[in-house]
Amino acid sequence: MSRKPASAENGDHLEEAWRPRPDEPAGTTGLLLEEPLIFERSRTGRSGASLPPAGVPEADASTEIPEEYLRGEWQPEDGIPEVSEPEVVRHVTRLSQMNYGVDTGMFPLGSCTMKYNPRVNEATARLPGFTTAHPYLPEERIQGPLALMWNLEQALAEIGGFAAVTLQPAAGAHGELAGVLMMRAYHESVGEQRTKVLVPSSAHGTNPATSAVAGYRVVEIPSGPEGYVLPETVADAMDEEVAGIMITNPNTLGIFERHIAEIAKVVHDRGGLVYCDGANANAILGKVRPGETGVDVMHYNLHKTFSTPHGGGGPGSGPVGVSKKLVPFLPSPVVARSEGRYRLDYDRPRSIGRLKAFYGNFGILVRAYTYIREMGAEGLRRACEGAVLNAVYLREKLRRQENGGWHLPFETDSLHEAVFTDEALKDTGCTTMDVAKRLIDLGFHPPTVYFPLVVSGALMIEPTESETRESIDAFVKAMRRIAHEAQGSPETVRQAPSVSIRRRLNEALAARNPILKWTPDMDEQLASGIQRGK
Amino acid sequence: MSNIPEDLRYSEEHEWIRPASNHVTIGVTDHAQEQLGDVVFVELPEVGDEITRGAEFGAIESTKAYSELFAPVTGEVTEVNDSLIDAPEMLNKDPYGDGWMIRIAPAEESDIDDLMDAEAYREHIENEK
Repeated sequence: MSRKPASAENGDHLEEAWRPRPDEPAGTTGLLLEEPLIFERSRTGRSGASLPPAGVPEADASTEIPEEYLRGEWQPEDGIPEVSEPEVVRHVTRLSQMNYGVDTGMFPLGSCTMKYNPRVNEATARLPGFTTAHPYLPEERIQGPLALMWNLEQALAEIGGFAAVTLQPAAGAHGELAGVLMMRAYHESVGEQRTKVLVPSSAHGTNPATSAVAGYRVVEIPSGPEGYVLPETVADAMDEEVAGIMITNPNTLGIFERHIAEIAKVVHDRGGLVYCDGANANAILGKVRPGETGVDVMHYNLHKTFSTPHGGGGPGSGPVGVSKKLVPFLPSPVVARSEGRYRLDYDRPRSIGRLKAFYGNFGILVRAYTYIREMGAEGLRRACEGAVLNAVYLREKLRRQENGGWHLPFETDSLHEAVFTDEALKDTGCTTMDVAKRLIDLGFHPPTVYFPLVVSGALMIEPTESETRESIDAFVKAMRRIAHEAQGSPETVRQAPSVSIRRRLNEALAARNPILKWTPDMDEQLASGIQRGK
Repeated sequence: MSNIPEDLRYSEEHEWIRPASNHVTIGVTDHAQEQLGDVVFVELPEVGDEITRGAEFGAIESTKAYSELFAPVTGEVTEVNDSLIDAPEMLNKDPYGDGWMIRIAPAEESDIDDLMDAEAYREHIENEK
């Protein structure tokens, strides 16, 4: 396999995927620092630690441990890389410099709401009263953490218009499962065994998966021609076998489900419940209380709406709000307050049970609570307005046809995100994926692509309230430039990215022939994989 | 415009069907593989499985999306193209040849009569745009 960056003439990007060998100096191009795997830096005998002599006699492992548990002769690939301390520090520092996050620049990943994580959240999460609290401490010693949980539950209940909230679920999809299990428990409590859940085509992809995992059959219902669900469509699909509907509001097109109250009535009239996927709650914060639109159960994503770290940046959190009739089924334990003291209430006979070890991702709860208290009611409302204003500004600026415009699948007003089609790429030979890769060259994280599935070659863009007008203008300019390039020099777009430290990765080969573990002969494996991939 | 052989029948879900004396062969159309992009995984039923017209019988995963496969006819699976497990890319390279998916013994001959011919399928693609 060639190790030099080959020319792009043959269009084979695999040949260009080069890495320095450990015996080559780490390459630098401007400020792009190349970095091999830590295993490739390893040299036998090199060490970053000096340990004092053992205070106990050394023992021979082969006489102390049964033979079947011994690894045998040490192999580089199953050992720890042998490196010096500065090598480790440089390695992880360089990897962190290759990373791109919302702290580096605009991260308009639609549906994921990559808003800025304020540093004050980190300050409070590091307060010793929180960091040193142990979940097994007696209640009287953890009144502070319990008070924070109780107050956060109250705040989320007030924001969403719910009777109660559980903080246990560790992520949005986990919250969905909690919610659907509560729906099931409710139906069972009134002696019913319902079998189906309705899921609109514009719902989040996790909704049908959650329904299926909870044992329901998923019935997909189409969105109306304007991009929102029509009550008559729900009425046609609704019967006494339907446990409920899982509806995302605003939906994945960024469009508000304006008939939500009517849809809720249709579902309730036949004994069903309404689950709202609240992943997009940042678009209605302080404006709409879902509980008042007939929603029985909704999860929030604290790592989206309430500015806590996201993805690789930290664990998620998916609290679930419920209407009064679902309160008995909340996961156990719940935080209770009486006479100014807080305790954990395990006496919940109708609860769906525990969903997570201890009480949720507590550090994330501290950050979200900090954000809510920092912002206050008016601040949250303004954050919502800012998110919608930014998205609408971007949408209107990007769609202008006379100058590299992009096409909207629906004319309906949208809120916090804007979805475009690949119509502008027609007959250019360029695809949505090429546009995403070209954005990397131009200094932006790509938006969500090919989702929602109901839009051809979808580009789903969500700037969030964190962006300034200048950064949105710069993004729009980049998108227009790509639209022009697709017409005039499509190869530039198809070959992108050309200035990043890695060129186009072969995603198909990676999926067809995954190599998940480093081995000393990995290069040969890669080479044979490339041949098989061809 | 994608390739639509005249001698095949087509379903609305973008499968092609090649009828023979006692079985039919099923695959996905050139148009479908273009839309899917690089296929990385194909999930197919086993020989002996019964598949039902309109019901799911497998799935295709590409770098873009995961798509379910819906049976164009009812019948028993008599043969499965196992080579797609190791070489899913055949579905992109040769959708009407080595990229075939399954053969089935149809239960109802009338199922096949309900399918589209090449002309009708061409129109179906146009209408979807």
